[in-house]
Amino acid sequence: MSHHIVEVKNLQHVYADGTIALKDLSFTIHHGESVAIIGANGAGKSTLLLHLNGYLAPTVGEVRIGGFPLTQETLPEIRRTVGMVFQDPDDQLFMPTVYEDVAFGPCNLGLPEEEVRQRAGEALEKVGAGHLAQKPPYHLSGGEKKRVAIATVLSMSPDILVMDEPTNGLDPFSRRQLIGLLKDFHHTRIFTSHDLDMVIELCERTIVLHQGEVKADGPTIEIFNNAQLLAECRLEKPLSMQGCPVCR
Amino acid sequence: MRSIDGAVLDLKRLDLLATGDSIIHRLDARAKVVTTLFFIVMVVSYKRYALAELTPFLFFPVITLALSNLPISYILKKIAAILPIAIFVGLFNPLFDREIHAVLGPISISGGWISLVSIMGRSALTVGSAIILIATTGFISICHALNRLGIPRVFTVQLLFLYRYIFVLTEEAARTTRARELRACGKKGLGFSSFGPLIGHLLIRTWARAERIHMAMVVRGFSGEFHSRQINRFGRNDYLYVIGWSLVFIILRSKDITAILGAACTGLFS
Ligand SMILES: Nc1ncnc2c1ncn2[C@@H]1O[C@H](COP(=O)(O)OP(=O)(O)OP(=O)(O)O)[C@@H](O)[C@H]1O
Ligand SMILES: [Mg+2]
Repeated sequence: MSHHIVEVKNLQHVYADGTIALKDLSFTIHHGESVAIIGANGAGKSTLLLHLNGYLAPTVGEVRIGGFPLTQETLPEIRRTVGMVFQDPDDQLFMPTVYEDVAFGPCNLGLPEEEVRQRAGEALEKVGAGHLAQKPPYHLSGGEKKRVAIATVLSMSPDILVMDEPTNGLDPFSRRQLIGLLKDFHHTRIFTSHDLDMVIELCERTIVLHQGEVKADGPTIEIFNNAQLLAECRLEKPLSMQGCPVCR
Repeated sequence: MRSIDGAVLDLKRLDLLATGDSIIHRLDARAKVVTTLFFIVMVVSYKRYALAELTPFLFFPVITLALSNLPISYILKKIAAILPIAIFVGLFNPLFDREIHAVLGPISISGGWISLVSIMGRSALTVGSAIILIATTGFISICHALNRLGIPRVFTVQLLFLYRYIFVLTEEAARTTRARELRACGKKGLGFSSFGPLIGHLLIRTWARAERIHMAMVVRGFSGEFHSRQINRFGRNDYLYVIGWSLVFIILRSKDITAILGAACTGLFS
């Protein structure tokens, strides 16, 4: 399917205050790929992701999803295709209960009530938040919020999953669970992370951003073996590649 | 400023109560909206000195409350919270309106005092019924019901966003003031000079956050259409509820029940 190709061409973004967050980015992500976008704080990762569903508009350049440019006409369909989990889960939860929040998307898709309930239930189970269904989102812990935020997107069965630091704030068990879940997801996955061990486990391909530019784009293992590149971009080898500090 | 935080959580609790279950919860949202609106119109339509005539209208909120499993003290507190506003509205009536309307033994009561109490009574009744409506129906379902009753979507969507925006604004306010307090090192604050930037900052943050939340809604297919949790049909109970209460209101409004009862009683004893 050519449907789920993500193309970014010469993307540049300047914020209203003059901050140049992205300068001339270009890459293509194919269907079924799992791609990590890594880089230092302020490298422009979140800014880039917000372009993928049209929340931010490019200052210069273009973003195409499944061959379509992001225009007023294609936007609703593209937003249905691209499921996005924001960096801050508080931005994502707005209904009175967790269940209603997870059911919000499927309801809007016009699905019958039975299927809405099933999808919401499944999504909550997948992230291990089934027991939270009747709680109000603002009474959850940070990690629970994050899991529910992920469930709200999963319940829509998106074709492209975009996540901004998905494992941030999760306990080790939930992190494992999320990694397993992402492994099972066979559509396109794009996420940013400072969790480099997860990146190694999940992504064959990694894009390194540095001060708004693509510094490297290639197989994950190659990138993590390039010590000079990592140092330049304020990154380091994942712990799992560093050898055991006790045995050494 | 902790109270801001508390107040919002409290408002949210109102929405949360709507997920409960009771005879009243199960009624169609339209039935509840229409009945409550009719009730409010009836109560408001009384003249300024109406007081005794209003008392039988207490039945509506009291009975609904009793049937709805809501925490009564919480609802009463919410109603009490708005009474100061009503007092403020009627504050000067006793000063300007000194015509004597009733004499209770040695005390003569002026029209101003009566109208002040009447304003408070009417506020408590209307706000109380509105709070009970939200607590048994939920704001989204109410907007949805208004929609299905023929109110254009432009208005109901605005209403829904306004409601959301209140939450967003107060949440941000609570966070900002908390951060400020913690860094004020126990001093009573950093003086007025820090307030200007604080408020500007707050508005920008709220705006950005509201935009992101809107984004999260749009991403999940929100196109201005509401899908409330329960879309039930308008059943027998709903008709009974609307027609029953409307009849009661109309009878109460057209005849002064208290006067009749009073007359009957005095007739009985004399
Ligand atoms: N709304 C905004 N207005 C102005 N500048 C912004 C805005 N949002 C972000 N920036 C700036 O753009 C740059 C990129 O920010 P971005 O949020 O994309 O970083 P990031 O790579 O996601 O970092 P992190 O790892 O900390 O999440 C930063 O220098 C930031 O200060
Ligand atoms: Mg970020």
